[in-house]
Amino acid sequence: PFKRYVEIGRIALVNYGKDYGKLVVIVDVIDQNRALVDAPDMVRGQMNFKRLTLTDIKIDIKRVPNKKTLIAAMEAADVKNKWENSSWGRKLIVQKKRASLNDFDRFKIMLAKIKKAGVVRQELAKLKKEATA
Amino acid sequence: MSYKYHQFQVVGRGLPTESDENPKIYRMKLWATNEVRAKSKFWYYLRKLKKVKKSNGQMLAINEIFEKNPTTIKNYGIWLRYQSRTGYHNMYKEYRDTTLNGAVEQMYTEMASRHRVRHHCIQVIKTATIPAKLCKRESTKQFHNSKIKFPLVFKKVRPPTRKLKTTYKASRPNLFV
Repeated sequence: PFKRYVEIGRIALVNYGKDYGKLVVIVDVIDQNRALVDAPDMVRGQMNFKRLTLTDIKIDIKRVPNKKTLIAAMEAADVKNKWENSSWGRKLIVQKKRASLNDFDRFKIMLAKIKKAGVVRQELAKLKKEATA
Repeated sequence: MSYKYHQFQVVGRGLPTESDENPKIYRMKLWATNEVRAKSKFWYYLRKLKKVKKSNGQMLAINEIFEKNPTTIKNYGIWLRYQSRTGYHNMYKEYRDTTLNGAVEQMYTEMASRHRVRHHCIQVIKTATIPAKLCKRESTKQFHNSKIKFPLVFKKVRPPTRKLKTTYKASRPNLFV
């Protein structure tokens, strides 16, 4: 029934608070509600599980590694690429891109959408003609 | 992480008199929400131990004590004396936390919830970091596992900022982790 466990080395996404959107590694468990959490660009600190969403990615580390070992383990497991190629990671990247568009980009997207719809409609018309003929 | 209770080191002595030129200096480590409260607490405890009051004593130093290693998890044991509705009792409680201030804050909130004891009825006798072998309580000992693994059973669905909170939602949330 459960596939994602809270364990040492589990990668989690922060979904609330100051570090929203960051990928962090669970480095140790403090008690039932809190974990000691670390990421290459932040000071190791505690975080409530309510602020974390577990991912499928897990790296191989011992309890509370020092920063160098942590970064090396993250490189070895290729966390960044695995995340960016996963469907969840890709969706987040698209969301971020959409949120950061300016008006000119949205205009370009509008033109591209119209073009794509035009091509689809032409293909559909061709198929319909073959069906009736 | 902002803590409600800060740890202070308070140093004071009685005022020098003709009979006693250099009175003994006393130092105490306390928990209080601010410096003013810490000084007041210091005199409260000192009055109970020595024949000295704030009016015939002087404060020599008050410094806040900060946690040396706030990035490591420690097991804290806290000995306390508290006043219940029927009398005074001693207690020993254990907490797992990264800082001593955090553990003391946990202690106050737990005493309030489990025993309905408010802050002013609790006196902290002693605190110590306990190595894992000497912990007494099962609830702290169950986390002494280097291969700890457990699932999160319910997913708390909430908007990422309080600004995006709405009273009504279009559909029921999916609580499966």
